[in-house]
Amino acid sequence: MLSSNIKGVSNGFPLKIEVEKVVEKQVEINHDFLRNIFQKIDWKAFFDASKVMGFAELPEQAPDPSVLESDLEFLRKFHHALLELHLEEGALVCPETGRKFPVNKGIPNMLLHEDEV
Amino acid sequence: MSARIAQIRLVSSHPEVYEPCDDSFALVDALLADRNNLLEHKPTLCMEVGCGSGYVITSLILLLEEEASRSQFFATDINHHAIRVTRETMEAHGVHAELINTDIASGLENRLAGLVDLLVVNPPYVPTPEEEVGREGIASAWAGGENGRAVIDKILPVADKLLSKRGWLYMVLLTANNPSQICRQMMKKGYASRIVVQRSTEEESLHIIKFWRDFDIEVDSKDAVTNSNPGIVDSVLSQFQRLSSFWRNSDSSSNSSNS
Repeated sequence: MLSSNIKGVSNGFPLKIEVEKVVEKQVEINHDFLRNIFQKIDWKAFFDASKVMGFAELPEQAPDPSVLESDLEFLRKFHHALLELHLEEGALVCPETGRKFPVNKGIPNMLLHEDEV
Repeated sequence: MSARIAQIRLVSSHPEVYEPCDDSFALVDALLADRNNLLEHKPTLCMEVGCGSGYVITSLILLLEEEASRSQFFATDINHHAIRVTRETMEAHGVHAELINTDIASGLENRLAGLVDLLVVNPPYVPTPEEEVGREGIASAWAGGENGRAVIDKILPVADKLLSKRGWLYMVLLTANNPSQICRQMMKKGYASRIVVQRSTEEESLHIIKFWRDFDIEVDSKDAVTNSNPGIVDSVLSQFQRLSSFWRNSDSSSNSSNS
């Protein structure tokens, strides 16, 4: 959901992910939530991010929203990639400038230096 | 049945992080007062700008109960100590939000534009010399510059961008911030508003104001408002007029800007 915020950058999304450490946490599945959030996701970016984080079981093309009603296996994978994989240590990299936004203990630091604002 | 909110004894702390205080309590009280509406509203994407200790975002998640499990929560703070303290507070209550160390919503506002159904903000509203604005650490929790508006005036356009068509904004404001002028300014962007909680402490007169898009307010390209439903304008302004006498009594430094 993050994009590069550096002044003058027009293609700040998606940020590339540099992984140092990914942690998995079990989260209870909630189908309503998954249906809500599905329509707000840029699938290509989500697919790439999941793959970089070591989870390659998602379909490359955005599935038809009807799978959210019927395909429990898909819901489980979508849930896992979305909510159970966390980038604990690493960086988010601006696709235009290469500027790195560090992620420490799971928290992205998007603060800019004065000359970037 | 009473709703759950964050417990003070479980709220983490750090010398550089603002602790829950009257303004935080007033904001949570406003959310509690509006809880039935919030449960009906079913916000799917909720966000707090300036989460500080995490008291407010944790309370919001807890008071939404099952509704919270259908929603996603984001919280930002410019102070990295605050982000860490918020995470500790949330972990102590067993709740979760995506935490981002950033200025207002920088880095999020493009992707989340038009998606946020619920935004809560307790901004740095204290009038201070302009040079105190933007300092690191705990000063960022209160220093608001002239009339306390320096950061508020940066947040309002971001809020307008983030909020969905059905988005609600709850914001803490002080009499000195000239809330009626803020409401008129937001009305030009198509927002109705009302005071959810009004509270006077020894030091300050607090207002928790709720803003929501009202499609009866017509916004034209020149930013001039033509209102097909003048009742809305009257209602919020009359709220301020009713309170104005009280403000003058309670706040001797008030510059009676609420005309």
